[in-house]
Amino acid sequence: MTTTVTSHRPRPATTPDTLRTKRLPRYAAPAIALAALLVAAAVVLGAGIGNWVLVVVLGALLYLIGLYLAAKAVEGARSARNRTWSALIHSAFVLAVLPLASVVWTLLSKGVERLDGDFFLTSMNNIGARDANGGAYHAIIGTLEQVGIATLITVPLGILCAVYIVEYGRGKFAFAIRFFVDVMTGIPSIVSGLFVLAFWVLIVSPWFNDGRPSFSGFAAALALSVLMLPTVVRSTEEMLRLVPAPLREGAYALGVPKWKTILRVVLPTALPGIVTGVMLAIARAAGETAPVLLVAGGGAAINFNPFENNQSSLSLFVYQQAGDASRFSPARAWTAALTLVALVLILTIAAKLLARRNRLGR
Amino acid sequence: MGETPHRSADAGTGGTRVTESHEWPAGASARVAEAPVSTRTPGGTGLGGGGALPRARAFGAERAFRGLTLAAGTAVLVIIAAIAVFLVAKAVPALRADTANFWTYEGWSPNEAQPKFGIGTLAFGTVLSAALGLLIAVPVALGIALYLSHYAPRRVGTTLGFLIDLLAAVPSVVFGLWGREIFINPVRDFSVWLNKYFSWIPLFGGEGPFGKSILLGALVLAIMVLPIVTSLSREVFLQTPTANEEAALALGATRWEMIRTAVLPYGRPGIIAAVMLGLGRALGETIALAMTLGITFGISFNLIQNGGNTIAANIANAFGEANETGRGALIASGLVLFAITLIVNITARVIIYRRREFTESAA
Repeated sequence: MTTTVTSHRPRPATTPDTLRTKRLPRYAAPAIALAALLVAAAVVLGAGIGNWVLVVVLGALLYLIGLYLAAKAVEGARSARNRTWSALIHSAFVLAVLPLASVVWTLLSKGVERLDGDFFLTSMNNIGARDANGGAYHAIIGTLEQVGIATLITVPLGILCAVYIVEYGRGKFAFAIRFFVDVMTGIPSIVSGLFVLAFWVLIVSPWFNDGRPSFSGFAAALALSVLMLPTVVRSTEEMLRLVPAPLREGAYALGVPKWKTILRVVLPTALPGIVTGVMLAIARAAGETAPVLLVAGGGAAINFNPFENNQSSLSLFVYQQAGDASRFSPARAWTAALTLVALVLILTIAAKLLARRNRLGR
Repeated sequence: MGETPHRSADAGTGGTRVTESHEWPAGASARVAEAPVSTRTPGGTGLGGGGALPRARAFGAERAFRGLTLAAGTAVLVIIAAIAVFLVAKAVPALRADTANFWTYEGWSPNEAQPKFGIGTLAFGTVLSAALGLLIAVPVALGIALYLSHYAPRRVGTTLGFLIDLLAAVPSVVFGLWGREIFINPVRDFSVWLNKYFSWIPLFGGEGPFGKSILLGALVLAIMVLPIVTSLSREVFLQTPTANEEAALALGATRWEMIRTAVLPYGRPGIIAAVMLGLGRALGETIALAMTLGITFGISFNLIQNGGNTIAANIANAFGEANETGRGALIASGLVLFAITLIVNITARVIIYRRREFTESAA
């Protein structure tokens, strides 16, 4: 009987009051925020020193101060610091989302204006400042050809380089290669453009072209492959390191020579990861403007031949249309930007999804 | 049960089909394999199991493949060296023709009969805009990275992290277009406001016009660098050992104290690497800055007046009307940019390599 009686009685607190921390009530934070906004609005609009943006900024500052003071009075200094940092971290997130959301929104809303068949099927040849039509067909051709050639150059070179670093390289030489691949990741795109300008356009191309330097899509592909190479090498290298050693040892134990082990066992195992890296590199190269500007020259007409004469690319098209004086050019620039972003994002998303399905994933 | 017993009986006894394909019975093969070994090494010293392996040939597939990979590896070093060599080769004639001091002259007119150009203003603008952009981007990026790794619910954190990775892939020309057409309006209003109330600070002085300024360029740069720094440092934060975090929490630390004592110290090399890589990208950024800065020549700390220029933006803008000396001058400025970014990158890599355990996460 006694047990049932005690169970109905209110249970005594298991911890004494001195050990339990006092907490701010749930409504405290919204209340402080509201008060801070009201004070900020009164100060800013009353003194006439700014508009609603300043109200929000000042309100946020007042909220942080008010929250810190209130929490310090009730919960203590450590908890107050915790709350303030938590609020700061959340506001950093909001602060960054605003411009990025604005980029996406403008891209979509302005990009659909010229999103028609005409845009994808015509070039800018004979399009004057007063013509509303004109399109990016030549630029799309240019982007596809340049990136395609760059991929053909980069992928074998990059994979072989990664194989050397992982499978054969020993000592200082391999370390130097690894180190400089990392350093190469940071080479600015404009420098790679200048390099190809100095090397290919100004020195090599006059041999084929009656002594006059000539721009070409191939030169742009060379510049892009300088930019793609480190990405391909790094991702391939990481994937090769993830291939389990027993697979290699099994092949060796069966008497398979090392080169055949690499070609038939190691590379196929790492293939999905390598493809992911290559696709990310392609996505990066497709968005580069500066090298194409320097060595392909741009152009208004369709040019299918990447080895002769000027070629344009989507990103260069955006740049040139944005700087154009015609009142129709901004619409073309936005639609081209939307096309470019769609191309790059499809590649990136496909690469990431492929990476997620990868058996060797970390 | 028609054929199966027949087939198995055939295989068990070593039927005619099996022995037909070999010239000798299976048991003989071991003796045949031994014979060439003893003839190959007549001395017979240290004859182990390895002696049965075929000798490495001078021009076998193994050597060829190895040589191929070695050549590909060497190509990286050759490319880096070639960049330096060819830039120098084209820059030197232009530098010879320069009638002003390349390091100090404030201006860029290499296409005249008397070419005059100097790198000083451009290098200053490059460093100023990149430093300002990083100053804005890094605290925000670290905040987001912490939010995604330690504050947001797991599912939200993963999804948003994926979105941030996507944003890192958006081409710079898109950010440039957005900055030039959209973002310039709020920045101009903000500049006018700053100028009205804070013109006593030299940074915000000037008479206008405002808008295409260092401030706009640096803000666009910050927005571009943000996803890179965020995704790199988020990955580092996620790798903090759970034991460290739980130990801090078990000792009674608040969430912020746990981050300060467990997460940040563990991630410091990764953060430094992320910031340096962001700096490398900010220094080399071309098109976004060529579209948002008001190209002028002059060293000024004024952030809000139209103006500002960087090495890379100047190359993109001045390339169109450059003659031979003009191209050489631009290549010379590119060489300076190459040197600056090379120093920054090598410094970053040395920091990372000194703490090898972070290499994979930070690269």
